Amino acid sequence: MSAPRRPTNPSGLERYYVLTRGRSGPGGSASSLDVATLIVSVTAPAPGMQHEHEDILRRCRDPLSVAELGAHLGLPFNILAVLLADLLEAGRVEARDPIPAHDAGRGPDLALLEEVLSGLERL
Amino acid sequence: MDLNGFDHPGRPAAGGTTRSVKVMIAGGFGTGKTTMVRSVSDIKPLTTEETLTQASADDDHLIGVADKTETTVSLDFGKISLNDSLMLYLFGTPGQERFWFLWNGLFEGALGAVVLVDTRRLASSFRAIEEMERQDVPFVVALNVFPDSKEYPVEEIRDALDIPAHIPVVACDARDRASSRDVLVALIHHLKDRSAVALESR
Repeated sequence: MSAPRRPTNPSGLERYYVLTRGRSGPGGSASSLDVATLIVSVTAPAPGMQHEHEDILRRCRDPLSVAELGAHLGLPFNILAVLLADLLEAGRVEARDPIPAHDAGRGPDLALLEEVLSGLERL
Repeated sequence: MDLNGFDHPGRPAAGGTTRSVKVMIAGGFGTGKTTMVRSVSDIKPLTTEETLTQASADDDHLIGVADKTETTVSLDFGKISLNDSLMLYLFGTPGQERFWFLWNGLFEGALGAVVLVDTRRLASSFRAIEEMERQDVPFVVALNVFPDSKEYPVEEIRDALDIPAHIPVVACDARDRASSRDVLVALIHHLKDRSAVALESR
């Protein structure tokens, strides 16, 4: 185990406060993020970016769910959502919400259910 | 740093058209939710922490957020690649009763849910079944057959748990990949049946 860089507990609330610059929840495009929303980078990290933003962009070159990202980065959902809101607003990532079984007005998505079924049957 | 894959203006985002669907694994505490997630997942199951803030008179105060409390709940989850462009995410719901207040948001956008039942402790999953009905989440009931479970006829358990006739009740071994997969298959068949009924009644 390596020695901590700071005497404070880096996994504590102070860390989250620093990461989000004191913001407690995302607004705008990130407020609807789901744990199964896929995040995909659309640009490369830029010099001088916040380390965590850079980390997210690198990890999401292939689509990764918000839940996986949170697990890999060791960040709870609402802290990660603040960071993702920054990247969404800057147009650096794209977010794709999970597909529901049926959408209001569109009716049940039978083609999707068939696709899920044939995927499961191949397991 | 390798930047291949970036710096191509106009190029679609990496991962093309990959999409996701999610299924929730619900049930009382200790009914085998995490076991089921683990047995069917393609990846080593992970845990994500959801910090929930709610206005409350509880004692969990944060500095500077005097009238709110935060609760951190852990969701165990796994992933199945259904094909090259469709991922199924499975989330085990927190089993402790004190977390049920947050179930509202959890089921949004899910295809449906599996409610696991330990036949030795039927009552532990009552609440989960009630919640699915209350929130109108399509679900199947899976009886997780533990080694020392008595053999119960499915219909007896359906009666005991007051499960309506149109909800499938299946037996499974949550430790077994194929058995857990079959529960998911039963859920998708149930969703298709519901869809067919919905289409006919238009």
